[in-house]
Amino acid sequence: MCRLAMKTASKPFSPFSVLEGMEAMQEGYDGSGLGLLLRGLDFTDYKYQAGDPILSGIAHTPEALHRLNNIMESKGFELNYDHEFEVTRSMIEAKDRHKYLLRAYKKPAAWDSLSEDEVGRELMLTRLELRKNGEENGGDLTAFSLWPDVAMIKEVGWPLEIGQAFGLNNDRIKSRVCFAQGRQNTNYGINLYACHPFFIEGVATMTNGENTAFVPIKDWLSGKGFPGYMGYQSDSEVFAHILHYVTKQLKLPLQAYKHVITPLANKELAAHPQGDFLRGLRDVCRRLIIDGPNAVIGSLPDETTMVVMDAKKLRPAMVGGKPGEWAVASEMCGVDALIPDRDRSKDFQPMRQHTIIIPPDRQELEIWSQFDQLPLIQAA
Amino acid sequence: MVSIRSIASHPSSLSPNDLPWKIVHREDRCTLCGKCAAVCPVNTLKLTYMRKRMPKIVLNSTERGSSYKTFVGIRQNTDVGRRCIGCGSCSMVCPNEAIGPVHNASDRYRFQATAGGGAITRGGRRNEPGASLLDRIIFNRISMLTDPALDAGRHEFTYNTLLGRVLPPEEYVRRKLSGEWIPPVREIFPFVIGSMSFGALSPNMWLGLLQGVAYCNEVLGIPVVMATGEGGCPPWVLKSPFLKYIILQIASGYFGWDEIIRAIPEMQCDPAAIEIKYGQGAKPGDGGLLMWFKVSKLIARLRGVPEGVDLPSPPVHQTLYSIEESVMKMIQSMSMAWNFKVPVYPKISGSTSAKSVLNNLVRNPYASALMIDGIDGGTGAAYDISLNATGHPIASNVRDCYLDLCKQGKQNEIPIFAAGGVGKNGNVVQNALALIMLGASGVHMGKFIMQSAAGCLGSEQNRCNVCNIGVCPKGITSQNPKIYRRLDPDDVAQRVVETFQSIATEVKKVMAPLGRSQSLPIGMSDALGIADKDAADRLSIRYVC
Ligand code: SF4
Ligand code: SF4
Repeated sequence: MCRLAMKTASKPFSPFSVLEGMEAMQEGYDGSGLGLLLRGLDFTDYKYQAGDPILSGIAHTPEALHRLNNIMESKGFELNYDHEFEVTRSMIEAKDRHKYLLRAYKKPAAWDSLSEDEVGRELMLTRLELRKNGEENGGDLTAFSLWPDVAMIKEVGWPLEIGQAFGLNNDRIKSRVCFAQGRQNTNYGINLYACHPFFIEGVATMTNGENTAFVPIKDWLSGKGFPGYMGYQSDSEVFAHILHYVTKQLKLPLQAYKHVITPLANKELAAHPQGDFLRGLRDVCRRLIIDGPNAVIGSLPDETTMVVMDAKKLRPAMVGGKPGEWAVASEMCGVDALIPDRDRSKDFQPMRQHTIIIPPDRQELEIWSQFDQLPLIQAA
Repeated sequence: MVSIRSIASHPSSLSPNDLPWKIVHREDRCTLCGKCAAVCPVNTLKLTYMRKRMPKIVLNSTERGSSYKTFVGIRQNTDVGRRCIGCGSCSMVCPNEAIGPVHNASDRYRFQATAGGGAITRGGRRNEPGASLLDRIIFNRISMLTDPALDAGRHEFTYNTLLGRVLPPEEYVRRKLSGEWIPPVREIFPFVIGSMSFGALSPNMWLGLLQGVAYCNEVLGIPVVMATGEGGCPPWVLKSPFLKYIILQIASGYFGWDEIIRAIPEMQCDPAAIEIKYGQGAKPGDGGLLMWFKVSKLIARLRGVPEGVDLPSPPVHQTLYSIEESVMKMIQSMSMAWNFKVPVYPKISGSTSAKSVLNNLVRNPYASALMIDGIDGGTGAAYDISLNATGHPIASNVRDCYLDLCKQGKQNEIPIFAAGGVGKNGNVVQNALALIMLGASGVHMGKFIMQSAAGCLGSEQNRCNVCNIGVCPKGITSQNPKIYRRLDPDDVAQRVVETFQSIATEVKKVMAPLGRSQSLPIGMSDALGIADKDAADRLSIRYVC
């Protein structure tokens, strides 16, 4: 089993605090890797311009960096900011990390006429191109994300030590949303792309669990012909892609995600106010039904965060906090470490039917039950 | 030496040792009750008076050297047409365990069975004993430690499947919100009782099956459906609420469809689906065949034909020249007959051309599924050569079709149903789940349900298999009331229910260790393994040893 920690706050905070939250749950993971997602970025030495895409990844060799620069330049990206991590190399197991990338670019001028969706698609295609370029060159270039206001760090090793090795405790980077996951892949080989969180067009998820229905889901997503539905080094990557599919392609409300991955049983649907629609939705999205024990934490472009459970509630997750600041962790002690001064009696443990949504204003938790009416659909 | 002419011998003369089944009769136990000879469906047993010489040495020349004893004995007829079929009915009725058939693997009958010039025909199954490919596929992606194990007895499992055209999600949302037509989809248990016609099966068998199916649905909540085969459906069923558990089949003879069409206005509910039969795994290229022995008064009425005539259906639907046309005409007219509220799908024989049929269906918005029947499928009547050597094994056929759909992202839209040898050696759940994980949405099973629910005696060693001539020793495939009253419909119903209960339990026992409980593991090929490298490569599954 692995452990998850997530914090979202109106005021930017250091990702290191989330790693300390992870450390509190240290008995629950093997320390084989760390994945971080930061959203709502705040740099001490740079004033980030909203909307500028940020590239996260690793250039494993100088040549890879060179190729990366060429690709970005040829596409018309302008490098605005290149964050230099104060890396303590001796603390990092892997030796082939030439440069950790966290760079803010200015979008190509040619994209000015594109809609927001089209820009998003282009950014994703650029990320995939970088990824492909790395794969064609012996894996010397890794691209985790290329998206406005999002940074990702993935590395092999013990989470807190990686944080120290990256100098994350120096407060040079802060963010309003931070996801941390403390383990490499469960079932497939160790690979940086297999490390949570997973990211696609602004949508990200991380998961604690095992998705036993992975292969049929992967087969279906791959068959959609959407260029971003690829990779699948981890059985959990599909959670991010399904969230993307439901919200961006089907354009359904966030709550529909739960109905797609863990649909209600017939007798529950019979009693649901939108049972007829949901039953049909279950049929058409049948290949996206997940299985196995899973707690899924998701992040959307507008800084909404969410938590959903598998249909049998076989994985733990705890939500706690106060207006302006909320945390989700696999264990209570993780939430304690993230937000110690909260009213614990208001902590909430989501059950099988729940989707917890923390809206961008972060004033209160929305505890939404799958048995409740879906928003929007009815209006439509 | 005796001259050859004095021995009654011609090319087709056979001795009991030449027959596929030999009768072993223990005269010391026999009470001469005669039950065996009475019950033998093919009249092979002769209860006759025989004379035996009792040689003795006599010294007195006025006496004859030997005396003779007369006794009553049982002998086996060696005529080709009356050979023992190994059904074992004689041993079942014998009060003294004095008689029974023994299989003879080195028979010579097979060379003589063409006496009279006809090619060999029979009912039943393909004669291929031993473990089938499906019997060798095992499930080995076990969730260990990474995952708390599921408990097959305690947790809830969802294992139903869908029969019907499923829209792409985008299209579903669009149509639903704009109130347009959504194709009908049935949620059914993935083990379907495959198409066996009301003429092929006896009324008691059919009634028993239907009773069992209704109980599974209404009491146990297992949504089992059964398919009729060609030849219609009794009018009382058509007008009953049980019709919703029935897939009506239309085939090239259109038998029974007058009754069906006429009953539409009076139907209380829609049928589960309509199956258009283009081919059958057991006898590709042949239409259905109901031999005259089985065309009783009732069957004749249902099918709208005279009594006692052979009813061969043409090999193809006469109105069709191409798959495009068949899709257009048949699927659409059948859909229209039920107001586009009933799924309509074709059934074909397993074939290397199955993919082209499938691709055609993908482009037809009314096609609801594809049912592929592999070479191991059964039948009421067929030529040996068709049964044994014509057709395509189901596993690779289904796999190819599924992977083809995956490439197009359509695997959820057209469910593939697989049949042909599912449970032929009793491993029905293993076989079916292997097919499901290879990509089938469900299976049809005919022979298995006959064996399990009604005690059919057939085997892959050509045991019994006289389903074609109306003498079924169990009363399953006979239209002769004297014979079929042996079969009590209530008993059949009871066995149907027991069979489906045990199937449901076994399905859970496989799904639980794989960590699956939320949906039927269609296409979960990462769970499959086989200790045969070539088969593993062919099916794109794991080679394990
Ligand atoms: S086994 Fe069947 S066919 Fe053979 S003698 Fe006995 S009853 Fe007749
Ligand atoms: S028992 Fe009846 S149904 Fe079974 S093989 Fe014999 S004749 Fe056919």
